[in-house]
Amino acid sequence: MTSHDIQVLQDREKQVWTKGLSKDFTCDRRSTAGAVTQRACAFCGSRVVLYPIADALHIVHGPIGCAAYNWDIRGAQSSGSQLHRNSFSTDLAEKEVVFGGEKKLEKSLLELITFYRPKAAFVYSTCIVGLIGDDVEAICRTVSKTTGIDVLPVDSPGFKGTKKTGYQAACEAAYRLVGTGSTEGIKKHSVNLLGEFNIAGEAWMIREYFERMGIEVVSTITGDGRVDDLRRCHGASLNLVQCSGSMPHLARLLEKNHGIPMKRVSFFGFEDTAQALYDAAEFFEDPELMERAQKLVREEIAKYAPQVKKFRRGLKGKKAALYVGGAFKAFSLVLALRSLGMKTVLAGTQTGSAEDYEQLREICDDGTVIVDDSNPLELAKFVLEKDVDLFIGGVKERPIAYKLGVAFCDHNHERKIPLAGFAGMVNFAEEVAQSVLSPVWKFVPRRNSSDQLGPEPTSVKGVSS
Amino acid sequence: MLEGTTAEIRERKALRVNPVKTCQPIGAMYAALGVNGCMPHSHGSQGCCAYHRSHLTRHYKEPVVATTSSFTEGASVFGGMSNLTTAIENIFSIYEPEIVAVHTTCLSEVIGDDIPTIIKKAAEAGKIPEGKTVIHANTPSFVGSHITGFANQCEAFVKYLAEPRQGEEPRKMINIFPGFVDPADMREIRRLADDLGIEYLMVPDASDVLDSAYDGKYQMYPDGGTPVAGLKMMGENQLSVGLGPLASEPALKTIAKKCEQPTELLELPIGVSATDAFVNSLRLAAGVKVPTEMVRERGRLIDMISDMSQYLHKKKVALFGDPDHLTSMTRFLVEIGMEPAIVIAGHPGKKWEKKIREIAPGAEVRASSDMHYLHQWIKNHPVDLLIGNSYGKLVAKAEDIPFVRFGFPILDRVGHRAFSIVGYRGAMRLIEKMTDTLFDHTDRLCPDEDLELIQ
Repeated sequence: MTSHDIQVLQDREKQVWTKGLSKDFTCDRRSTAGAVTQRACAFCGSRVVLYPIADALHIVHGPIGCAAYNWDIRGAQSSGSQLHRNSFSTDLAEKEVVFGGEKKLEKSLLELITFYRPKAAFVYSTCIVGLIGDDVEAICRTVSKTTGIDVLPVDSPGFKGTKKTGYQAACEAAYRLVGTGSTEGIKKHSVNLLGEFNIAGEAWMIREYFERMGIEVVSTITGDGRVDDLRRCHGASLNLVQCSGSMPHLARLLEKNHGIPMKRVSFFGFEDTAQALYDAAEFFEDPELMERAQKLVREEIAKYAPQVKKFRRGLKGKKAALYVGGAFKAFSLVLALRSLGMKTVLAGTQTGSAEDYEQLREICDDGTVIVDDSNPLELAKFVLEKDVDLFIGGVKERPIAYKLGVAFCDHNHERKIPLAGFAGMVNFAEEVAQSVLSPVWKFVPRRNSSDQLGPEPTSVKGVSS
Repeated sequence: MLEGTTAEIRERKALRVNPVKTCQPIGAMYAALGVNGCMPHSHGSQGCCAYHRSHLTRHYKEPVVATTSSFTEGASVFGGMSNLTTAIENIFSIYEPEIVAVHTTCLSEVIGDDIPTIIKKAAEAGKIPEGKTVIHANTPSFVGSHITGFANQCEAFVKYLAEPRQGEEPRKMINIFPGFVDPADMREIRRLADDLGIEYLMVPDASDVLDSAYDGKYQMYPDGGTPVAGLKMMGENQLSVGLGPLASEPALKTIAKKCEQPTELLELPIGVSATDAFVNSLRLAAGVKVPTEMVRERGRLIDMISDMSQYLHKKKVALFGDPDHLTSMTRFLVEIGMEPAIVIAGHPGKKWEKKIREIAPGAEVRASSDMHYLHQWIKNHPVDLLIGNSYGKLVAKAEDIPFVRFGFPILDRVGHRAFSIVGYRGAMRLIEKMTDTLFDHTDRLCPDEDLELIQ
């Protein structure tokens, strides 16, 4: 199949845009029925955002599948309780679909809370619960009263929308805990980290930067999260929001109701990590803080820049494609790849907003294709057309890249090494180099002058071939 | 990470902790991928489709393509007819499949969408191109498990596509329903049939689809898969052999009724006697002799079992997973002198429980159960070996039990993609895996003076 054989779904024409060529661009719309979309649902969005709150009980109210597919699939690490790594489900069967699942939910909650004594419990509604009309809110209230533990409904039936809708529901649920704890002893120079999932321990690295600067991290809400931190996070002076998709809603609630300003940051790549630290220092208007930030950045860059540089020679001029969940990650990736001498020729996201894409268009080079809510055929088309060397994406994109003979870097929740912060940039460069420079690509037919099976046969004297 | 699990077993009625099953649609999707040029279509929210594709990709390490009706709140209130009609139109015009296999989800089941009528109307409105087909299977997620979904999709192939026999005499050809096994297993089942020299049609066949060879291209429809033309001819064949009762029985029942075809339902050919039964069934139906090489292959398996028997004898094994796999595996373990101590399925079924108790009297057997119960039971009754899918590593680590991966899904190892566990060769591979794991465990933990060089 050549790239010309693949068409863009007519209905999606305005969701594909080429810098320097196209005019209109549309995003933030529902996927077309019948498309092979890479998107997931509202339930998935809620579940992934709250999952890293490690000392809470997370129970999926629905048939077994919804609980099975997201059981321990994210590498969001916890420094203590591992309760979140279990999979709890009401496993709804035909009987409950007809007569309602409220009783089963109540019983399940009581059994689990008695057994595990969690700090709080989140109850996720699935499609079917939205349809049969269980009063999840009422059950949660009753169980809270009986057990004395906060039981929080998450209004996340899948059909409500994309993951983005689910993020909102997750923020609403988490917000119910905010303000229920004491803020005593929280320093003036304090922040919350929102949208940092502590994949492979990244939140720990970032937390350490702030501690070195003299800033207290009150809570990392979505990574190595704790219920008690969430209860008192309204005592922080500033919210630093990473991951443009998941957490802005909670940040806005904290801004509106508690007067805590928010700043969007990224901890990916030297430039963005340094900028995030400077932004925080600047906010507190304390020259000493800024000095410490500058010192930290100097030290870290002096330590890691030479290591990153080692990888540049092999990677210079290579072309990259990226397809990620949220747009903010895409911005940082474009910059980080540029610092490795690589060029981004295709950039796309599952759930970017108009504002996100505007920014993405600005930072990309001419000729870069930008896609919203793409599908495998389209991605394959552009990878071939642009002769891409590296694809950055998630689980569904990996095998497509490999099949096309293109290197891959997982920048989603299945990654195994920390890619955030200064040290993370070295890991990123190393991971990219490991894949891009792998000897396996020499077997790719289209990079090979001959389509023969194996090396050209050499003729042997006396033997006719 | 399972430090919260205690030895004290509480009877639970209401909930599942760490499941040993998943839902029907993923099984239907897998079965549909085993048909050449087939686009599986998930009639529900887009999350279902995304989850199934991701989960299958994690197991097979291959691109998995399927479309979705992308339900909205509106569709959930007014029904999914317009979504499915639009989807059918879009799929044929853009992705150009030969056939679309629609499966339902809990959402569309509860709404009560009448899929056959929607398909009929789409056909009448000219939305299904000439010569192309749309079929459907009902796969409510709140009934059974992923195995039920696979079985329902296989039954749908027969229901929609098989025609009653036209010819006077049946064709000398056998339909083989392989059950919910890996592509490598389907490949091995085919090899056994090829070596016996029989003509057959395998339904479905995911080899060369979900274990396709690297060629530097992206093919939305890889070369493998049962051809639709073959499926239409199923009724002409002399016999249908179904492997794995839960995965294959509905298809067999329907073909027996619709095409008046004889059928034979067997266990999955895992282990000596289950493979013997399969080989015998094909041999007798086709009137062929078992080739010498296959007799030798079996002999090499028995030889390996005897070589290793002292290390296998009376070893206590905990198993969990899907019922068809567990039935054959339990039988195999008994055959080689091991002792199945606990056998746990997530899929419901009293009949299955009874069967396992017959094969392994004294074993703790539970259907509709979960890993949490398995773990608690093991805490009270230690075992020598744990066998099951990747989730077992959590229990294996917590209790330090040697662990062999077996079944679906395997998310953290590569072997199942290339090497089969069915047939005589598959049994040899299982022996190798079990003994390697047991020996590695002993070697790592034993004092230096006990380290054995020769085993």
